[in-house]
Amino acid sequence: MFELLRETYYVAWGDIKFMRHNALNILISSMMSPLLYLLAFGFGLGRGLEMDGVPYIAFIIPGIAALTSLSASFSSTSTRMNVQRLYYRSFDEMMMCPLGTASVVLGKSMLGATRGLMSSAIIFAIGFALAPDHLHLTPLFVICIVLSCFTFSFLGVTAALLAKSHQSMATFSSLVILPMTFLCGTFFSVSSLPAVFQAALFALPLTHSSVTARASSLGWDFPWISLAVLACFCLAFFAINVYLIKSKRV
Amino acid sequence: MSDIIVVEGLVKKYGDKAAVDRLDLRVTKGKMFGFLGPNGAGKTTTVRVISTLTDFSEGKVWVGGYDIAKKPREAKKLMGVIQQHISLDKDLTVRENMMHHAMMHKIPPGDRKKRIEELSLYVGLDGYMDRMIDSLSGGWKKRAAIVCSLIHEPEILFLDEPTVGLDIQARRLLWDLIRKLNDGGTTIFLTSHYIEEIEALCDNVGIIDNGRLIAMGTPSDLCNKIGSTAVEYHGKDGRTVYRYFPSRGEANDFAATLDETNTVLIRNTSLEDCFVELTGKKVEEK
Repeated sequence: MFELLRETYYVAWGDIKFMRHNALNILISSMMSPLLYLLAFGFGLGRGLEMDGVPYIAFIIPGIAALTSLSASFSSTSTRMNVQRLYYRSFDEMMMCPLGTASVVLGKSMLGATRGLMSSAIIFAIGFALAPDHLHLTPLFVICIVLSCFTFSFLGVTAALLAKSHQSMATFSSLVILPMTFLCGTFFSVSSLPAVFQAALFALPLTHSSVTARASSLGWDFPWISLAVLACFCLAFFAINVYLIKSKRV
Repeated sequence: MSDIIVVEGLVKKYGDKAAVDRLDLRVTKGKMFGFLGPNGAGKTTTVRVISTLTDFSEGKVWVGGYDIAKKPREAKKLMGVIQQHISLDKDLTVRENMMHHAMMHKIPPGDRKKRIEELSLYVGLDGYMDRMIDSLSGGWKKRAAIVCSLIHEPEILFLDEPTVGLDIQARRLLWDLIRKLNDGGTTIFLTSHYIEEIEALCDNVGIIDNGRLIAMGTPSDLCNKIGSTAVEYHGKDGRTVYRYFPSRGEANDFAATLDETNTVLIRNTSLEDCFVELTGKKVEEK
């Protein structure tokens, strides 16, 4: 276990340096879209509205925190790793080092997970200032967001490992990430949809991130099944990455 | 001397096409081995397979006695690889790239800085350590890549087309560096399509074409195979004709039979002659 953590740190060290070189740029870019969603949907469309018994701004903040965990974690990991693998070819250098496959997957997901956590924390802090009576920072909320960040960072590793070009990364984002952004209960309650749509949306990981983040921060009954499903997605993406690297299908 | 790299019946297929086809190869510890072939012959694929970067379809590969399919980590500890294209992280400085390699190769924390300083001095990079990789010229980038590949003191260094894109001065400096490393005991596995590079540096040469090893031996062994003396003259159709003879006497006898108006050159057979004779094509041809 100690060796796994040590190797994970060694792998992540290059990305830590990259973050330090580009700290401001990274922070601003990962904050832009969630802040825009907050402005457009929270203050624009949602002013004066209520959803599921709470003001819309309190309803939407945990959803946007979950969405941020998706967008920041996925894009940071997939973009950097795609560049390292296809353009710099420095991922090959890593593969020639005597490191465990699990350490490589964990290490490469750290940048995205960290960035996702930072962005989600800022969004939640803003939301907490806007709706202090409704939102609560609970340990369960932190667990949900951390799990969500790792899930989507692992998905970013998968996308980067499978990408044949920068264009194929963009296609993956358009076909998988963008629909999740708008459909997975970030801006509305999934329970308000017909059963068929609900079933389809609960097959996507962001839906479980949204409902667990919302329930844990608004004090609602906690959907433990969703947390378990999210954990399964996390493990599945991790296992796929280990398989792809071990079988040298990258 | 023992063989540090042993390859038996190696096949690497991409779809139906075999990039490497039943390759058998042995590289002696401490020697400089040159792997010569035209572009697309299978040199890079062979290096990628031996260095564990690419899987293979059939065969066995041992590095330092370790079967790379079963003990890849142990084999990786023995190898340093300088790829054809600079494969360093361009978002980091030279020093950061070196430190990252040192960490991933598990150099003890107390030794990392010392090792980086020693190696950067050794290749003359000490004044460039805090510059971003992309701000360096091709020759300096290559030196940075060399330091990164040597950071864990590998027993074998693979250099895949190391001088492609370098000017003549940088190329010669790199040759000196490779010789210095080999003198220090590092086994060198050098792939190139520059015949003079292989001729100048290597103790042993393997010639690969269409994924198959077609000849192997010392440069003089290979030249003797086709005849150590070459006679070069213009044929009736105006094309240059090459004939090879086991001795200079036989070459002289043959030259005496040629038309007096012909321009005749008698010289030692080169590795390029050997390559053309064995493969039927020039080494630069694709």
